[in-house]
Amino acid sequence: MTHLDAAPPRTFLSPFRLKRHVMPGFSLTLGTSLLFVCLIILLPLSGLFWQMSQLGLADYWRIISSERTLASFRVTISAAAFATLFNAVFGLLLAYVLVRYKFPGKRLLDALVDLPFALPTAVAGIALVALYDKNGWMGTLLSAVGLKVAYTWWGIVLAMMFTSVPFGVRTVQPVLESLKPDAEEAARTLGARDWQVFRHIVFPQVWPSFITGASLAFARSLGEFGAVIFIAGNMPFKTEIASLLIMIRLEEYDYPAASAIAGTILLIALFVLVAANIAQSRATRHLHKGSS
Amino acid sequence: MSLQIQNISKYYGANLVLDAVSLDIEPGEFIALLGPSGSGKTTLLRTIAGLQFAEGGTLSFDGEDITGLDARERRFGMVFQNYALFEHMSVAQNVAFGLKMRERSARPSAKDISRRVVELLDMAQIGHLAERFPSQLSGGQRQRVALTRALAIEPRLLLLDEPFSALDTRVRKDLRFSLRSLQQKVGVGAILVTHDQEEAFELADRIAVMADGKIEQFDTPANLIKKPSSPFVAEFLEGAGGYNQSGAGI
Amino acid sequence: MTAPSSTPPITNPQVLALLRQKARKRAVLIVVALLFAALVMALPVIAIFARAFQEGFEVYSANITTPDTLHAIWLTVLTALIVLPINLIYGIAVSWAIVHYRFPGRRALQIIIELPFSISPIVAGLCYLLIYGATGVVGSWLDGWDIQLMFNLFGIVLVSLFVTCPFVARELIPLMEISGQDQEEAALTLGATGWQTFRHVTLPKIKWALLYGAILANARVIGEFGAVSVVSGNIRGETMTLPLQVQLLYNDYNATGAFAAATVLTVIAVITLVLRSTIEARHPHEHA
Ligand SMILES: Nc1ncnc2c1ncn2[C@@H]1O[C@H](COP(=O)(O)OP(=O)(O)O)[C@@H](O)[C@H]1O
Ligand SMILES: [Mg+2]
Repeated sequence: MTHLDAAPPRTFLSPFRLKRHVMPGFSLTLGTSLLFVCLIILLPLSGLFWQMSQLGLADYWRIISSERTLASFRVTISAAAFATLFNAVFGLLLAYVLVRYKFPGKRLLDALVDLPFALPTAVAGIALVALYDKNGWMGTLLSAVGLKVAYTWWGIVLAMMFTSVPFGVRTVQPVLESLKPDAEEAARTLGARDWQVFRHIVFPQVWPSFITGASLAFARSLGEFGAVIFIAGNMPFKTEIASLLIMIRLEEYDYPAASAIAGTILLIALFVLVAANIAQSRATRHLHKGSS
Repeated sequence: MSLQIQNISKYYGANLVLDAVSLDIEPGEFIALLGPSGSGKTTLLRTIAGLQFAEGGTLSFDGEDITGLDARERRFGMVFQNYALFEHMSVAQNVAFGLKMRERSARPSAKDISRRVVELLDMAQIGHLAERFPSQLSGGQRQRVALTRALAIEPRLLLLDEPFSALDTRVRKDLRFSLRSLQQKVGVGAILVTHDQEEAFELADRIAVMADGKIEQFDTPANLIKKPSSPFVAEFLEGAGGYNQSGAGI
Repeated sequence: MTAPSSTPPITNPQVLALLRQKARKRAVLIVVALLFAALVMALPVIAIFARAFQEGFEVYSANITTPDTLHAIWLTVLTALIVLPINLIYGIAVSWAIVHYRFPGRRALQIIIELPFSISPIVAGLCYLLIYGATGVVGSWLDGWDIQLMFNLFGIVLVSLFVTCPFVARELIPLMEISGQDQEEAALTLGATGWQTFRHVTLPKIKWALLYGAILANARVIGEFGAVSVVSGNIRGETMTLPLQVQLLYNDYNATGAFAAATVLTVIAVITLVLRSTIEARHPHEHA
């Protein structure tokens, strides 16, 4: 700041002027964009923060620390964490198989990975129930061994897993594609087994993208609604997710409570994304140590 | 410890890139595979390493048939053309890698591994680089790390794919000398792939001249100059004789 | 006869054994991956069709053609038809502004336009109620003019815009940044107007990326559930989009009807995937 007066005079010109002469349409495109961004993105978001700020800290705390809200957070976060863990592992496996191997059905598998993004969540939700309730194909199989998925916490995990599969695969896949084979070959000549090559050579290189994929999957799972509510059972304290509780409070016209819960979920998701971003860039820096 | 290569034939699709190649390598010998680019040198070296497999022929080492032995079980130290260092590991970790990968029963203790790494790095005169990462090294230093890493597994044979091609001429000579002296100190046999005759003549006990997937001639540098077996060899080695006679060889 | 026309087989039994062992390991990984994909992703899709056609084609078509379901289909299509052009215009405008100019707040704008992807559908819907609902700041003011934005088509369109607006820009910005603005500048010096330059120089370069983004956005508009369900008001036969109709039928214990409606959405999803991978295969460098 102290060097401001030493700055070249150019900065005092309107920065708009510089390019206006080159590419036309500055005010048209930026004007359109700002109008849209304000009306569609910023104004509604400010509504949530305005509503939250209306709420005193004591009220906020009372809502958040109620048994039912806490239980819904516990259910949501634990299921999201579990689904993320599962997807991180299987996402990596799917990406690895898609990048490294040729096999019949590979293109179909590749397309299938994107299915959860394309299929409406409500459709996924009823499809999972159809499969896993006690009369469904999987449900009958599982109940034979005494397992129950539909209308339990495991059902929530399953639905969250379904909707966030693509994150785990698609973030890791391009990194795997870019790996050169020679480091892995060198490791093999040095006596490493296949899993050691993976563990010590491949995995460290995909680790940053792995963190990113996992955090995206987690954030998505925290907020997932459509796929979950059909299979969750929605029992307060047991299988009620936070998004559903927000919905219930809304139907009771209890906007402050809905906002308090929503704001908290939003902050947790943003916190996870930002933390993962920092962790990811640290890991990347470590990976390319000194190359800067 | 000797390597026998018998009738190795390798195809890429319909292209025959190694045509019934046979070579007998004596224990401790330094061999150069010399030939123009595309003659099949790298393919032969990778086949010896077990990184790819030939359609025909056999490899045996000390009388043991190793044709179908996995690369990790051959214990041949390999230096890759671009060194293939593990960029996310320090120099010391790179060198320790082979020892750490051993089965628990054969693995030295962590203390022994680090002592061994220090010894090796000192022997290669790069002890001061132990904590650096590959991206912080010069080309010549990277090559030394790659070589040290390959020597750390106490290899039965050293395989080198154009290890000098990425370096500028000034460092080349230096490193040639230290490669040869390290190899002799360890007493391990070595196969060097190169398209540079000067390099082959300076380093190798015997040179296999390759062209189009075949070994044209396999002999000592002096004999290659004296009695080239074909016009190709004579032409390819043109000028190398003068170098040899100048007495600058090993 | 002597020269082989392709690679002869490896005959060394040792090598064959090693290669077979490697192939077995590979096969295990592939099978696990395929099993996972089949169980978690393919099976649900199959289940939808199995349930929808469980009672025969007649029942299925009767379920698809109930007035409420047809209306839900119509409302969904209408929403997509309104949202898509707005999305395209906004996506092009914001990409153009971000790529071609340097202005204060540009970095912030780049972050803001991605924001909707990190906000969950229910939270998005709630935000809209809080601002545009009858008790909200903007909503109550509009109420004075007798304008309601929530619990009707407006609300559905607005939240749909929110959840899908990053798709187009996300495809266009990286592509436009790579291709630079040399060609546009050349066109301008040749006397083309701004609009002509866009129409004849920029648009051909970005058309596949534009289509790609539009397809993804469209799939999301059609399938959005959480956000729409907050602002639609769930009025039977009036503000039910197709995903909401699926839920309504399902909760009415009309499972066959729900699955029949779901097949329509599933077919759209599959078409989306096919179009997407076709564009990816044919024009790999013309989208991000
Ligand atoms: N992966 C491969 N696929 C097809 N052909 C290859 C492959 N690798 C090498 N070749 C071909 O095999 C021949 C020998 O290559 P290489 O062993 O790399 O030669 P050199 O190391 O002597 O330059 C060349 O004609 C090359 O084009
Ligand atoms: Mg080569």
